[in-house]
Amino acid sequence: MNALVPILIDGLNYSAWLFIVAVGMTLIFGVMRVLNIAHGSLYAVGAYVAATLIGRWFDADLPAFGSFGLIFASAIGVGLVLGLVLEQGLLRFLHGRDEIAIVLATFAVFLILEDVVLLIWGTDAYPAYQPYGLLGTSSIGGIAFTNYDFSLVVLALVVGGAAWWALNRTRMGKLLLIVIHDREMAQALGINVRLVYPATFAIGAMLAALGGAYSAPMISVSPGIGVDVIILSFAVVVIGGLGSIEGAMIGAVMVGLTRAASVHLAPQFELFVIYAIMTLVLIVRPQGLFMRAQARKI
Amino acid sequence: MSRLSLIAALAASVALTAPVLAQEPLRIGVVTHLTGAAAGPFGIPARNGAELLIDAINSGTLPAPYATKGMAGQQLEMTLVDEAGAPARIATEVRSLIDRKQPHAVVGFVTTGTCLAALPVLEETKTLSVLSTCGTPRVFEDAKYEYLFRTSANATADGVTAARYLLARMPELKSYAGINQNFAFGQDSWRDFTLAMQALKPGFKATMEQFPTLGSGQYGAEITSLLSNGPQATFSSFFGSDLEAFVLQMAPRQLNAKTQLVLSTGETAMYRLGAKLPDGVIIAGRGPYGVFARPTDLNKWFRKAYEDRYNVPPTYPAYHAAQALLGLKVAYDKAAAAKGGGVPSRDEVARAFRGIEYEAFGTTIRMAQSDGRQAVTESAIGVYKFDRSAGTATVTDVTYYPADCVNPPEGAKSIEWLQAGMPGAKCNLSN
Repeated sequence: MNALVPILIDGLNYSAWLFIVAVGMTLIFGVMRVLNIAHGSLYAVGAYVAATLIGRWFDADLPAFGSFGLIFASAIGVGLVLGLVLEQGLLRFLHGRDEIAIVLATFAVFLILEDVVLLIWGTDAYPAYQPYGLLGTSSIGGIAFTNYDFSLVVLALVVGGAAWWALNRTRMGKLLLIVIHDREMAQALGINVRLVYPATFAIGAMLAALGGAYSAPMISVSPGIGVDVIILSFAVVVIGGLGSIEGAMIGAVMVGLTRAASVHLAPQFELFVIYAIMTLVLIVRPQGLFMRAQARKI
Repeated sequence: MSRLSLIAALAASVALTAPVLAQEPLRIGVVTHLTGAAAGPFGIPARNGAELLIDAINSGTLPAPYATKGMAGQQLEMTLVDEAGAPARIATEVRSLIDRKQPHAVVGFVTTGTCLAALPVLEETKTLSVLSTCGTPRVFEDAKYEYLFRTSANATADGVTAARYLLARMPELKSYAGINQNFAFGQDSWRDFTLAMQALKPGFKATMEQFPTLGSGQYGAEITSLLSNGPQATFSSFFGSDLEAFVLQMAPRQLNAKTQLVLSTGETAMYRLGAKLPDGVIIAGRGPYGVFARPTDLNKWFRKAYEDRYNVPPTYPAYHAAQALLGLKVAYDKAAAAKGGGVPSRDEVARAFRGIEYEAFGTTIRMAQSDGRQAVTESAIGVYKFDRSAGTATVTDVTYYPADCVNPPEGAKSIEWLQAGMPGAKCNLSN
């Protein structure tokens, strides 16, 4: 089979996963100007909760396809609870503070949540493999691909499409766009920015947890899984432009396709290819590919 | 107070103090991964193995010939140090341990990067140290140490073992590939395996090599690449959650049906993966440990005690940690006997440790290399099979390779020995 086809398939599958795990981070930054380092922990908690529930679901011999419902339920539950607790319990006291201070605060949350995960789930890996095989495989050019991986592409398209629709076709979305564009003007126009923040953070947290929950059947859920996610998410959103959802999508596709090409054609470059793209983009456009022009305020 | 009563009081105080001094424990620092991705498959089994053995040594419940209480009669006190994190941090943690506790010995270390970072600190502070795992041959090939010992064979033996076994089972093998994590252990393991393959079959080179990032967890593209390339055999030193993720992702895609998989640390994951690890995969466990351990009385005791206490079977990191502490006990007891009793000094223990041979829980340990500081052991490898009727993970077709068959001879550097075609290797196989 021509190498291009597997590169495209693997690249798109990986891009979809990258987009799902990164979109929450860019949404939160876009609205709240919070670079949420705890994003990786939300991903990890989502994965652990999903793995635990899926394990119990199959232990109880319940209908197998019901486990997909658990994935979404885990994401919603973790995102709502942790998102609101973090926003209301910590971040709302930091609004208006220096962005570096807020990054440090979310980094502290990340460290705390890493230990909380260890405290609750211990050091052993949690497998939740059953849903991964439920959708079967498809043979393309004589090579088997799991349909679960393809379902990630569908999920990414749904998440991306829903985000676009919500932002551009709903009242709440338009309010969010105003806040993203100019927070002070939004406040001056009477938009209650302080109500927008918890909602945004909870949605961003849900998306992070969804990334973890949907990944749980593909991986071995174990300590430290959130660390790489932060780095990858950060690379994707920086390439696309911090705060830009379409940028996150393009960034994810660029990283995914380049990584897949590297794995197939030059595996020795896999380690740094993501960072090479990030560096190149930042040299050409330091603000990222899709960062909106900022009005200069005096 | 009269002179007589003063002497009586002094004598009484000495009498009261003496047992207390005699009971001052030997402080043992145990360094292993307590958090992070390596904790589950390596760090915690190693900690458990160390904890179990220290308690058994203290209570004198080890089987013969190790049934005496303590080391040189001294009780042991364990201080745990987390090996997770950047190598520079571990070096600092080890220095802090030495400053705070002044340990009589430091035992442990699982991963190469952290162990190499800590060694200069241990040697600079003249701390008696026993590496339990830390597989890289670079430890003794690139430097000389006075107070350092390693009681497991270095990782070169794993590559040689896998290559010998694979070619014995598939003598007509035409192509092979590798997928290994992109860090020291993964690269060293792949290098040793490919050099051993070329030593056994000159000019036989790999058709493809993949080095995914450590901890990446997503191997879809690598699996596709292996399926496209179609090697007859694929070697991997993946471990921990990376190994489990790789198995979970490749099994539905039937990679194992297209290529003979060889997992050099597969033993650590076999119980957790159970039926999810396909039958027919070749697995090893860094020596004759865990499921590969020889069925001796010592092994039966260790296995039972471990399972009773932790409710899981011991894997090789547990054996490595336990045999490191057992080696330290043998050295302490030998040094104490040589001086006619009492607690031996660090130098006396180090002298006693050099070149010893002792029966451990999986096999016999011979401190035969690097001036008596590096162990050689036989190795073991087999084919994974999940017994569905009993619900247990097993191995079949197990082969044990003698130590002199898979380890370079004393004084030879691993890479040079492999490149020279493994001269002097003596392979009289046993089962």
